[in-house]
Amino acid sequence: MTTTNPISQHLLEVRDLKVGFRTQGGGEVQALKGVSFTIDPGETVAIVGESGSGKSTTAAAIINLLPGSGKITGGEVYFEGKDLAKASRHEMEQLRGKRIGFVPQDPMSNLNPVWSVGFQVEEAVKANGLATGRRDIRAKAIQVLQQAGLGDADKRLRQFPHQFSGGMRQRVLIGIGLAASPALLIADEPTSALDVTVQRRILDHLESLTENAGTALLFITHDLGLAAERASKLIVMYQGRIVEAGPSVELLRNPQHPYTQRLIAAAPSLASRRIQASGTKAVPVSSLAGVEEVDLLAAASEVAEHRGTTAAPAIVVEDLTKVFRIRRGGLKTEPFTAVDKVSFSIPKGTTTALVGESGSGKSTVARLLLKLEEPTSGSISIGGKRIESLKGREMLGLRRQMQPVFQDPYGSLDPLNNIGNTIAEPLRVHNVGDRGSRRDRVNELLDQVALPRAVAARFPNELSGGQRQRVAIARALALKPDIVILDEAVSALDVLVQAQILRLLADLQGELDLTYLFITHDLAVVRVIADNVAVMQKGRIVETARTDEVFDSPKEQYTRDLLDAIPGAGIQLGL
Amino acid sequence: MPSERGASAPTPDHFVADVEETPLADIDTVRLDDRPSNLWIDAWRDLRKRPIFWISAVVLLFIVVVALLPNLFASAPPNSDCQLSNSNGGPSAGHPLGYTLQGCDIYSRVVHGTSTSLSVGVVVIILTTVLGVVFGALAGYYGGWVDAILSRAGDIFFSIPYILAAVVIMSVLSEYRNVFVISLAIGLFSWPSTARVLRAEVLRVKNSDFVTASTAIGISRFKILLQHVLPNAIAPVIVVTTISLAAAITAEATLSYLGVGLPGSTMSWGNDISQGQRDLRSHPLPLVWPSLALVITVLSVILLGEALRNALDPRARASR
Repeated sequence: MTTTNPISQHLLEVRDLKVGFRTQGGGEVQALKGVSFTIDPGETVAIVGESGSGKSTTAAAIINLLPGSGKITGGEVYFEGKDLAKASRHEMEQLRGKRIGFVPQDPMSNLNPVWSVGFQVEEAVKANGLATGRRDIRAKAIQVLQQAGLGDADKRLRQFPHQFSGGMRQRVLIGIGLAASPALLIADEPTSALDVTVQRRILDHLESLTENAGTALLFITHDLGLAAERASKLIVMYQGRIVEAGPSVELLRNPQHPYTQRLIAAAPSLASRRIQASGTKAVPVSSLAGVEEVDLLAAASEVAEHRGTTAAPAIVVEDLTKVFRIRRGGLKTEPFTAVDKVSFSIPKGTTTALVGESGSGKSTVARLLLKLEEPTSGSISIGGKRIESLKGREMLGLRRQMQPVFQDPYGSLDPLNNIGNTIAEPLRVHNVGDRGSRRDRVNELLDQVALPRAVAARFPNELSGGQRQRVAIARALALKPDIVILDEAVSALDVLVQAQILRLLADLQGELDLTYLFITHDLAVVRVIADNVAVMQKGRIVETARTDEVFDSPKEQYTRDLLDAIPGAGIQLGL
Repeated sequence: MPSERGASAPTPDHFVADVEETPLADIDTVRLDDRPSNLWIDAWRDLRKRPIFWISAVVLLFIVVVALLPNLFASAPPNSDCQLSNSNGGPSAGHPLGYTLQGCDIYSRVVHGTSTSLSVGVVVIILTTVLGVVFGALAGYYGGWVDAILSRAGDIFFSIPYILAAVVIMSVLSEYRNVFVISLAIGLFSWPSTARVLRAEVLRVKNSDFVTASTAIGISRFKILLQHVLPNAIAPVIVVTTISLAAAITAEATLSYLGVGLPGSTMSWGNDISQGQRDLRSHPLPLVWPSLALVITVLSVILLGEALRNALDPRARASR
């Protein structure tokens, strides 16, 4: 069998690639069921898909870095005329880094914490034979980091990864990936762990670097908007297959495959206005599984009706301040103002989104409201009642009125409690009803969040992230609260599931007249769920307004930066 | 079935997969065809498939039965007819393992020594578990000065080798040598390893969102520790406890061998080993049989612990 292929004129040609993973039982799961695509020199191609679609497996298969239990079971990967699927380990080592660069997903774990950043860049320079001799290697390492956008690279060489922010670490990884000017750079979700404004800067920089060097870029992402904005060609993957591929704009404007249509409909960054509750009755299970019901665009095109502007405020926060003492070695501490004179009020039955990047203090506000932390100064009133001095019975009353839903669907449910007990726990703690009536209430709640009743006897690890989040919502609703604090409640979910949960939240709000405080870093989601928006930066609220106003005419520069950084916001769908 | 948005025909460089071949699945459907599972159920299913678990469990069960009902296995009381004429004698009818230096039946002594070793082990692990769980859980959960005091107290006990400490205690309390005192001497200095393991687990679990959610529901802090934190943190303690059990049985034998353990009148493998060593060269059997009993017991406990560790640690399971 020859390893060269005269027919392939492309830089990379993947033909009918199949990958299988061994399971614990000894069986095999097909992760890729025949994937074919091409990349030409200098081209930017994005693979889009949900978790489990096979997009990361495709990237790993190309450079032969599949995890232990994975194996290429069929097909060819021609890179510069050579079949990588049959290349030896040695041949792959020659290619990796030199001809194919790789930028991994998580900047936090992909640099070795015990070695200085300089050492790791120099290692890459040495391994790819870019320079010899200590001085030259060092000079090249500095050059690599400067190109990656770290201006003071010579000083930073000696620093360790923990002294770098997430964005800076990702720049280092991009620098390492591009060090040898490869012909192809594979970037697997390079910015999904970063704030949007940082993401934008890094991707802009990556774009200019690859453009100048003529490097082809294979970009893997779950974010359709981001993919469309950054790549000229889109590949949509679903369950191990490519369902649609083509020029980005063409694909977004004229999606043919029902899955692509579904994906575009659910992408919050591409939708335009708030979802309205579908009615005041419970949503039947079947309607939530359908394609139509998760169509945010369709929902958003319904006429937006501003409710609750005259209603009494459910939450009033005035001059709320929280100062933490941060340890500075030994017994010395330093004050750190996490929340700085924050004031806002939320009318009953409406949703206010608290938006900010990591470290802006938005989650601290949630913890203060929930009385998980005590404020340093300022006041919080829930339903017209100050909460600072609540104790005992009154405190339990407050807990009944207000419940949280947290971000991490894998951490927010006790893994040893079954779903029924988890949902019934608030009822038990507050002595609501007897065993029988509690079981009825659990069933009612499962219906409300559109989960089958049989789930009650199951344990959290048997459910998907979205289903766990539904359970968390059911638990929060068990005591019939007026207020639900949603702390990044949909951030960890795939777009289609996210759209479903957003829809569910909107329906529950209409049905139960709930007040939401929706805390998120994702402005795109805000547009489809919130009536009002408060933008936080460094512990302060810099702008509050109605959602439309914020999106149509932002007053503050920071808000404008955040809006500009929403991936795909500028793309016209031609609707 | 083109919808509104997909109305116009695609351009030539626009690939669309056959919808028949790539059918849409429902979003996020609930799959309930598998049996219910959580950490403990999974661990049990995993254990059931391990021969090592069954072998060690059956051997241990047998040892426990021997310890509880020694007369079932050796009808003759161990010291009833010790005759010096049989000193170091070989096996004979009714005395399958031969005789000790004093002319006592080895088989009977080994059988009746089982309960001593096992009682010491059980009392020690009750002690280490109670002390370890209380210190470890409170230190990890409440943190701050509680942690500082409890952890330093643990460190003090940890810094003294428990064999050394037990030697000292048993020498001082030489008039009160019995199973409980020796267990106390061993247990008092071996709980900090249990406490450390639990403290680390509690630190990990207490920051979970489900703990925060329980706080927001209105459950008191101590109840959360009991209901949510401890059950999720206890698995490694069980593994450590099996190791403590093996170590305690060995420690009793060591102390008895050194002559600071149980008095010679108490039937114990350690005492028998100590006496058997005198004529080791000419008559090894009086030393070999109690040693073998000790090794089999300790080995089964350790293998059981190993099987438990593999079953309870999802990472160990995944890496197989």
